[in-house]
Amino acid sequence: MNKLIFSNTVRFILLILIQVLVLNHINLFGYLNPMPYIVWVLLFPIRKNKTSFLLLSFLLGLTLDFFSNSGGIHAAATLFIAFIRLPLLTIVLRKNDFDYYLFNLRGISFSKAIIFISLLTIIHHFIVFSLVYFNFSEIITILNNTLFTSIFTIILSLLGITLFTNKK
Amino acid sequence: MQQIIYFIRKFRFFLLFILLETVALFFTIQHHSYHSSKFVNSANNLTGGIYSQAISIGEFFNLKSENKRLIDENTHLKNILEQRKLDSSSEFKTQIDTLNYYQKYNYVFAKIINNSYSKPNNYLTINKGSKQQINTDLGVINSKGVIGVVKNVSSNFATVLSILNSNSKINVKLKNSSHFGTMTWNGEETNVIQLIDIPRQAVVKEGDTIITGGKSAIFPEGILVGTIKNVNFENNQYKQIDIQLFNDMTSIGYVQIIKNLQREEQLNLENTTENE
Repeated sequence: MNKLIFSNTVRFILLILIQVLVLNHINLFGYLNPMPYIVWVLLFPIRKNKTSFLLLSFLLGLTLDFFSNSGGIHAAATLFIAFIRLPLLTIVLRKNDFDYYLFNLRGISFSKAIIFISLLTIIHHFIVFSLVYFNFSEIITILNNTLFTSIFTIILSLLGITLFTNKK
Repeated sequence: MQQIIYFIRKFRFFLLFILLETVALFFTIQHHSYHSSKFVNSANNLTGGIYSQAISIGEFFNLKSENKRLIDENTHLKNILEQRKLDSSSEFKTQIDTLNYYQKYNYVFAKIINNSYSKPNNYLTINKGSKQQINTDLGVINSKGVIGVVKNVSSNFATVLSILNSNSKINVKLKNSSHFGTMTWNGEETNVIQLIDIPRQAVVKEGDTIITGGKSAIFPEGILVGTIKNVNFENNQYKQIDIQLFNDMTSIGYVQIIKNLQREEQLNLENTTENE
């Protein structure tokens, strides 16, 4: 139990530092900055008690907002994907009851994991860019940014998850 | 009563979610209206400290270009000094009464510790704050031109509203004809900025130099901005004028903050004139 709290705290801090010090300055093709900090939301253990999970996800987003001077944009988006994570997982896996304590993202089949990660990433990025531009007439730019940044984020997230988590 | 408690218990996650989402959206909307974003910014000790630690590692690699910029500026300033010497030795010299001589602007240097330029609304973080007598609405420049305006201040750090921000509106003018206009950014290219509100009588040509207007209490007159890149003149009025910036906003190191010592006086006078 303590090991779980420790590993999640370390992951929280490391992901934020990597995000604000390295990934926010990549600017691939001039504007693409991946946001794989949401991997923290994907990897947080699934419990019946979601209160602490929601609060911590909000805190994760808000910390990033503090660093990137963006109001509450990341907080809103991260909180939203934290809230829909479990319902989305039941839809993707077509399962209603989980073994909550033993569930592991590496345990499910690879294709289903990709669908799950991609859906959450695209939803998150769409919320972020909608709030950044905050203007319906910019819808083309929003969709364009969402699509390309999502691809970048998904690749980085998958690499990170496969390299740094255990199969068991 | 029991029904209400039952309802709250049943939907407590959903209610918590709605509550936090409302808080986040409140911050977002506050952030989008310029003068009121006060809470969520990187001018606090934690984020500022981490950024200044990180920049001290990367700083080493910019030393060469930073030195080049400094020697350019030094040469320019020395040339101005030499011209002054010539002026003061001529016989048409004006006597300056040293008792009535006053200083209008005071410059303080600072280091950029965080720079963003790929978003539609960009902010910079600098390593000077209220302990160094920095407050809001001060102009920030470097030797090549305008950078932005100070927005939020903490004890050791401050955030700067970059000119690459759709909320940034800075008064500028044409160097050769003194027609005033406003500088905004459309969010597309990091080295091209737009000029609006230019009267149609003004003659604008490609290559004309744009400088700050000095109508506001923030920037002194005559600070460099850029040159006209292209002009779109339709139906007897200017549609769009692009300015090519002198500054490369993607790589800036040290900046100067301008403190206007007569700002209070000017603003008070303008307010009383408007209220009468």
